[in-house]
Amino acid sequence: MNRVRIPLVRIAHARSGDKADWVDFGLFAWNETGYRILEREVTAARVQQHFASWLPGEVDRWPLPNILALKLVLKGALQGGGARNLRLDNLGKSMAGALLRMEIEASEDELQTALDERRVGWWEDA
Amino acid sequence: MKSIRIGAGLGFYGDHWEPVVASIERGGVQFIASDHLAELTLAILQKDRQRDPALGYARDVVPMLLRLWPLMQARGVRFVCNAGGLNPTGAAQAVQAALAAKGMAPRIAVVTGDDVLPRLLDTSVPDAALAHLFTGEPVSAVRERLVFGNAYLGAAPIVRALDLGAEIVITGRVADAALFLGPIAHHLGWDLQATDAAGLDRLAQGLTVGHLLECSGQGSGGNFGSQGTWKAIPDLAHIGFPIAEVWDDGTALITKAPGTGGRVNFDTVRQQLLYEVHDPHAYRSPDVVLDMGGIHLHDEGHDRVRLTGARGAAPGDQLKVVAGFSDGFKAEVTWGFSWPDAWDKAQAAVATIRTQLDERRVPHEELYVEYPGLNSAHGPLAPLPTPEQLNDMNEIWTRLVLRTKVKAAADGFGRLFPWIGLSGPAYTCGFTGLHNTSELLGIWPMLIARAEVEPQVQVRLLENMP
Repeated sequence: MNRVRIPLVRIAHARSGDKADWVDFGLFAWNETGYRILEREVTAARVQQHFASWLPGEVDRWPLPNILALKLVLKGALQGGGARNLRLDNLGKSMAGALLRMEIEASEDELQTALDERRVGWWEDA
Repeated sequence: MKSIRIGAGLGFYGDHWEPVVASIERGGVQFIASDHLAELTLAILQKDRQRDPALGYARDVVPMLLRLWPLMQARGVRFVCNAGGLNPTGAAQAVQAALAAKGMAPRIAVVTGDDVLPRLLDTSVPDAALAHLFTGEPVSAVRERLVFGNAYLGAAPIVRALDLGAEIVITGRVADAALFLGPIAHHLGWDLQATDAAGLDRLAQGLTVGHLLECSGQGSGGNFGSQGTWKAIPDLAHIGFPIAEVWDDGTALITKAPGTGGRVNFDTVRQQLLYEVHDPHAYRSPDVVLDMGGIHLHDEGHDRVRLTGARGAAPGDQLKVVAGFSDGFKAEVTWGFSWPDAWDKAQAAVATIRTQLDERRVPHEELYVEYPGLNSAHGPLAPLPTPEQLNDMNEIWTRLVLRTKVKAAADGFGRLFPWIGLSGPAYTCGFTGLHNTSELLGIWPMLIARAEVEPQVQVRLLENMP
């Protein structure tokens, strides 16, 4: 079966926040199939590797199948904390976007199913 | 079954209160709870208080209540906020005076006692009792530089204030979600000291509701991180802040006022559910420890999401404290060069600045350089165009930030630049930051025994003005 590499943004959405020097992420699949891919592909080690060239901190991860989500925490990510961080994005608000750049692997079929399967949330006619 | 409807006020100091009007007028709310204090807001308030001891609170609460209180009063809506910051009594007096000038005299209660700075400064307290929550380092490492230190109080003093008949409750630092759990527990008669599973689960539901509402528009479709889908959220210009209806068994419905923009659905609600949470199986608050592992969000459509399944455990005997300490200064400039060769010119200019810092022996720990428009958001994870493409771009903007312990070095940083306009590479197309020093603050999270804080917590009703 053909396998493809895709950025997370194709099958997931995310928000980041800060507490002291840690950035935390909620990463969300749109449906069950998407969640199975996230659960398998987005391990703590791979997230750590993804950020390593920029922010080589430890990563914690908790799967939450009840809401089709992964909780991730990246430590040492804000130069010591938002009020001493020299970056323009001192609170890491845009860092969820950086996570959504991460590439994962899936089979073509699986990816297609994840893209076609109905989204759980109500989006009217969107 | 008895229920309460509560709406979100502000999500931070500086947020917009106009969306709250719709919640009051059309959302059927009985309470509004408003969170004015992010982790760092107390640092800003500390600077205000240094200038004027009557300040030190989130001043937006005054114009906010001048706008909203007439609407709330007319409908019997009560208001809870943490805008008191470092000076809850000052905030309450300012609100009282401003409303009195317009002929209004609500019963206002003040909650004080979250300030633990004196204890952090007390050198007789053993170091181990005040270690950094993440690193374990003793507080003595930063003690001389501490500027504030406040414990996160729970919902109990808010319940007490509402029991006293307060129509407006103004606190300092309390757990954000407690601003909501307080009115919910007061109205539904929940026992905050519950130790049975059903009682703890109810509190966990209430805490979850608070967590979903404490960031205003982030709970109803704002800041919805996604590719493409965010565009399907209607009319963010007129977003409705989230509203919760909570029944006395703890079941809750998250919604918003009819006719408002934004979106309350499974996706927008769960983005907020996990926001600034670490272990989702142990989300700690002074009132209950929440396990999100059994939470069920049932999307009923049309901006209605039913929340069930939060599990609670008894809280520990410690409270979280966030302290801030002075951590040097920064000065920043932003500087642009235009086509042709904009990228190479920007690099040459940065090299010139480094040479100057070196030759003049400017004391500093770091010169941080980033290129807004190219990599400031995602650093090396941002795909950078090739050098040829970069040199062909219309303009390159460079942001340079100096980190230094020496204020004079920060103050002089901007003056290293202007001469380069005439004596450096051609076509500078903008420069800001000639005078742009600010103080940096480190954050020191730690735990403190409840017994050191709770006995000093006070709830009192303000006397009516003469």
